[in-house]
Amino acid sequence: MWEAAVQPFADFGFMRRALLGCVAVSVGATPMGVFLMLRRMSLTGDAMAHAILPGAAVGYLVAGLSLGAMTIGGLLAGMTVALLAGFVTRATALREDASLAAFYLISLAAGVLIVSIRGSNVDLMHVLFGTVLALDDAALMLLCSIASLSVLTLAVLFRPLVLECADPQFLRSVSRLSAVTHFTFLALVVLNLVGGFHALGTLMAVGIMILPAAAARFWAAHVGGLMAVAIVVAMISSVSGLLLSYHFSLPSGPAIILVAGLVYGMSLALGPVGGLAARVVLHHRFET
Amino acid sequence: MIARRTLLKFAAIVALMLVAPSSGNPDGPVRTVATFSILGDMASRIGGQRVAITTLVGPNGDAHVYRPTPTDARAVSEAQILVVNGLDFEGWLDRLIQASDFAGVRVVATAGVEPMGVEDGDGDGHDGHGHGAFDPHAWQSLRHAVVYVDNITTALAKADPDNARTFYRNRDAYVAEIEALDADIRGMFADLPAGSRTIVTSHDAFQYFGHDYGLTFIAPQGLSTESEASAKDVARLIELIRSQGIRAVFLENVADPRLLKRIADETGVMIGGTLYPGALSDPDGPAPTYLDMMRHNARTLARALSP
Repeated sequence: MWEAAVQPFADFGFMRRALLGCVAVSVGATPMGVFLMLRRMSLTGDAMAHAILPGAAVGYLVAGLSLGAMTIGGLLAGMTVALLAGFVTRATALREDASLAAFYLISLAAGVLIVSIRGSNVDLMHVLFGTVLALDDAALMLLCSIASLSVLTLAVLFRPLVLECADPQFLRSVSRLSAVTHFTFLALVVLNLVGGFHALGTLMAVGIMILPAAAARFWAAHVGGLMAVAIVVAMISSVSGLLLSYHFSLPSGPAIILVAGLVYGMSLALGPVGGLAARVVLHHRFET
Repeated sequence: MIARRTLLKFAAIVALMLVAPSSGNPDGPVRTVATFSILGDMASRIGGQRVAITTLVGPNGDAHVYRPTPTDARAVSEAQILVVNGLDFEGWLDRLIQASDFAGVRVVATAGVEPMGVEDGDGDGHDGHGHGAFDPHAWQSLRHAVVYVDNITTALAKADPDNARTFYRNRDAYVAEIEALDADIRGMFADLPAGSRTIVTSHDAFQYFGHDYGLTFIAPQGLSTESEASAKDVARLIELIRSQGIRAVFLENVADPRLLKRIADETGVMIGGTLYPGALSDPDGPAPTYLDMMRHNARTLARALSP
């Protein structure tokens, strides 16, 4: 058992790199997922991931398979969509979900158009959807930097962020930090998604951001606890997913996300905070 | 009135267009359709100015996944000669022939070649190909290429007996070049020690080549363009490279170059250049003709294997 869990990492450098990459993504992206969930913006993560894709594609077409160009392209596209959507939400009658959907769809369509016109020989999707098994030094540096930056920024912005989750109207009325907090947070989300797409591919990056947060919801009631549980869930999913991929010949990205999904399902059923089992117990107590 | 006259003219033009191709000009070049670029190149070497060649699967195209277009069906319907590889290489061919009312002569280029069986070392190592029991990539052997050339020459000579002597003269010159290249390549690999004759490729197309020059080609299973790699696939490939002392890896169809680089960094193996298993390159690429392709593949392999 121990051997099956440790041997792959001891024998193969690519497994150790995959592990480090996953740990970095877990630490950086998962807290974003917690705040997205608390602000009822979980689907925003998915929308932002689609908004990033075209930027990365354009970066690839301009500069080839360059980590820098694809990161900058993804950041620009993601931030443009986030800023425009945020501006429209604050300045017009349109709600955030609709404005975000509008802009990410425009971005996605523009990206697909550009890629098709350039008609690259290489299957672009394969290039864009990175694999966690192929992390080189530069990609690892990027992932770890993004994780560090995310944690530091969260530490600075923790109070306003929590306030904005609990009562955005109150924060807006007492502080001018509201807008700053909002956009910095969105920037962090985009940054983590860009990092995650180098490691896991875009769609998988959203999974490691959202699923552990949703699972943590059933185990903890406070923000700190939520983040701690979510990070642990993400790490467990990463390690188990990689090992499953190694022993049972499964593609790594989906394996990791599916383990996270499994943890979510178990939390949903058994979690003490608002889980199904807890509800049933509560119900019985009231009846007797 | 004007409208009716225009319409009549138009109808006449359409009628002419319909009639013209099938009227057949006895003095014109032999209308030849080749299923993929290598056969097209061979036919043009033999026929020279006396054949008009249409190639269905062009340079850099993959004949495995080709879908015929209406234009192709028209070219086939007008062709006098249709050059195919055979050995179930062109799985889409029968439907195309039926759909296009092809009435010419079909030349199976591999007729007379002794085919090699499909080696399925790993059980499902060659998935998604849909070939029959034999490996169809016989053009990867220059000895078999002579058979290809002879089959095409015979068919062209029958279709255009007036120019048969030209075809046979071209054929002799071409075969001389093929045999000279065969000797060259033999020389490239002659001095390699037995321990460094194994190569990992993604495309299981070099069996004939390996048989001719005493090389072993291993195609790992699992790594393909269609699916995302699993950690097990990558680990198995790395172990294979370590245990067999493999020096070069050619994996064109693993589309993610990052993964290849990772494997190379981890094993110290060399990522070879690009091999052309079944299609020529563009005219300005390294393999615009069949002979260039064979020379390019041999040189690339020899460079990767030589100490």
